[in-house]
Amino acid sequence: MSLAMKQQQNEEINLTPLSIAKPEAKLYLSFMYVAFISLFIGGLMGLLQVLVRSGDFELPLGIGYYQILTLHGVILALVLTTFFIIGFQYSLLGKTVGMSDKQRKLGWLSFWTMTIGTALTGTAILLGEANVLYTFYAPLKAHPIFYIGLALVVVGTWIAALVNWHQVYVWKKAHPNQKTPLLAFMVTINMIMWVICSLGVAVTVLVQFIPWSLGYTETINVLLSRTLFWYFGHPLVYFWLLPAYMAWYAIIPKIIGGKIFSDSLARLSFILFLFFSIPVGFHHQLTEPGIDPTWKFIQVVLTFMVIVPSLMTAFSMFAMFETTGRKQGATGLFDWFKKLPWKDVRFVAPFAGMVAFIPGGAGGIINASHQLNTLVHNTIWVTGHFHLTIATTVLLTFFGIAYWLIPHLTGRKLTPKIHKLGIYQTIIWAVGMLIMSGAMHIQGLLGGPRRSSFSEYGGTEQAAEWVGYQTAQAVGGTLLFIGIVLMIYIFMELLAFAPKGEEEFPIAEEEEDAQPTPSWMENWKLWIGITIALILFAYTIPMIDIIQNAPPGSPPFDNIL
Amino acid sequence: MHLHKYEKIWLIFGGASLVLFLAILGFGAFYLGTHPQSHGVTIDPENVEANEAFQRENLGITQVDDDKYIVNVVASAFNYDLGSDEEGNAVSHIEIPKGSTVLFQVVSTDVIHGFNVAGTNVNMMVEPGYISSMEVQLNKAGEFTLLCNEYCGVGHHMMHATVEVVDDESGNETAAE
Repeated sequence: MSLAMKQQQNEEINLTPLSIAKPEAKLYLSFMYVAFISLFIGGLMGLLQVLVRSGDFELPLGIGYYQILTLHGVILALVLTTFFIIGFQYSLLGKTVGMSDKQRKLGWLSFWTMTIGTALTGTAILLGEANVLYTFYAPLKAHPIFYIGLALVVVGTWIAALVNWHQVYVWKKAHPNQKTPLLAFMVTINMIMWVICSLGVAVTVLVQFIPWSLGYTETINVLLSRTLFWYFGHPLVYFWLLPAYMAWYAIIPKIIGGKIFSDSLARLSFILFLFFSIPVGFHHQLTEPGIDPTWKFIQVVLTFMVIVPSLMTAFSMFAMFETTGRKQGATGLFDWFKKLPWKDVRFVAPFAGMVAFIPGGAGGIINASHQLNTLVHNTIWVTGHFHLTIATTVLLTFFGIAYWLIPHLTGRKLTPKIHKLGIYQTIIWAVGMLIMSGAMHIQGLLGGPRRSSFSEYGGTEQAAEWVGYQTAQAVGGTLLFIGIVLMIYIFMELLAFAPKGEEEFPIAEEEEDAQPTPSWMENWKLWIGITIALILFAYTIPMIDIIQNAPPGSPPFDNIL
Repeated sequence: MHLHKYEKIWLIFGGASLVLFLAILGFGAFYLGTHPQSHGVTIDPENVEANEAFQRENLGITQVDDDKYIVNVVASAFNYDLGSDEEGNAVSHIEIPKGSTVLFQVVSTDVIHGFNVAGTNVNMMVEPGYISSMEVQLNKAGEFTLLCNEYCGVGHHMMHATVEVVDDESGNETAAE
């Protein structure tokens, strides 16, 4: 205890966050440029998709539906998210533990590696040489440049991870016996998870896809490639979510005038996310013929373990809201709710995201429920699900971050006018998504498939019934596109037109009488060891089975795209 | 580390619900045997006819017992091969009497396909190299759309057929026509 108390005292010295110098701001902003350009392109593709699926619109100039679907998925799910996250995480570390000149240079290396990779992959898609969707399932074959570009994006993120860890390491050395700042701790966890999981996709792309697409190997083990993909694909969604949680745990309390609910619980929930995000990929492969059902079930159980940190997060958020409201004089059972800053877009946008995570999370539980998955697998229910989680919960939180991060970096002010516009943006988004995602969920339950261009399916009654929901999706999707245009306008305002001034980089503090955080929380070797042990447990036997009992491999197919 | 009293209650309640939920899933999977399809039976995708079930004459629906049917399907971009009728035309519509037990067996000769009889529990991934199979009882009469729900190329949304579950009476009518 006495050591912890000492830590607590040392902490006091370290409370003032660092300031971000101009050259650093430029680096962080560069990631934001790519993220918001991606948002616009990807959103436009989404608009075209819902219009095509309404049945009243045809794409001009021989553009294919699956080409724009590939672009939509790659540029939003992979490019927008990754660039925003890496840029945001750099800024968090720059603010809490600092960034040296050398680290900044390596930061630029990570940016350019990712950007060149994105350009290569984007070129392959725009030329129509990669209509394989963002999951690029073998044996559909894209142009090798598509895979090489994706590999470069991943390599760029690895450089970022090394820089991030080095930033924390340098700070740690200069501040012995102090706990790592909460946000730096969270970034460290997220990047550990990311590197461990992206090894899977790197192996399948480098060892399987690239040689096969270049013609050096004749066939590919389809199930192995899918298994490696989903070993990466599920933690990928937590890689999107954890930065939103960083903002919820450690930034929102400051915005609403409160304190962190519990530093240790926040850290513990991140540790649990590290453990249970990776050994769970089979729940994306439940209806596949080649994986042993017992191992599927084991991974289903492991999947559901993330419910524990999710419940912890939900509790912490509302406890923090209530505590803050009561400190500001709220009485009665729910009065504190009114005390929340409903005119502050930095709070309102992420709050709408939190609300969306209630049905989003519940839908996720349904999807991963072993047998129940058969009912919804590959129906448009799933598309509805992840438009709630990634495209609402995560994205609205990212917008909530952008409202203060961009002006902080450009030396401008978030004006009352932009607050207002941002709240309209949030409302448009929430309504548009309620309509689009709601219609997707219902159509999915009726059997309507995902990832499909408009089709009457030979004129069946069922297919005729689906068209009505697709029209609703077009209405919702159009609203969402209006939301994107508004967001791009806000982004440009904050970038270049808003009045000059200082915008706060909000970092919440602990209560003065907060319990000290135990030092074992930073036992990295133990956390990484447990993570790897869980992965080995969940994957070793089924992987051996998949490789040993493999059917003949598949040659590439690109003449049907 | 300190846990708030309410948080303890919240987590105990959540944790207990989770355990109960998983116990129900496990009971369904291991006691009732309702796993998602997973048999690990392999096949050479370039020579599916080596397996008797996927020889041309055995494709489509076959009655094997009073209330038992087998439906063998070869999926390829962008078609489900359900065999041919007496005039040699490709079958794109099958009829199954209500209440019968049907074993669906599907293989792919090229890329990954989906096999979903929309509105029923028949929903499988079909991957080159594996036989996907699932036995169901079809208890609801009506016409169901059989469609591909895993992207397989430019004509993916044109890959479909129909499965009609017929009541005994209406089944007789169809036969009379």
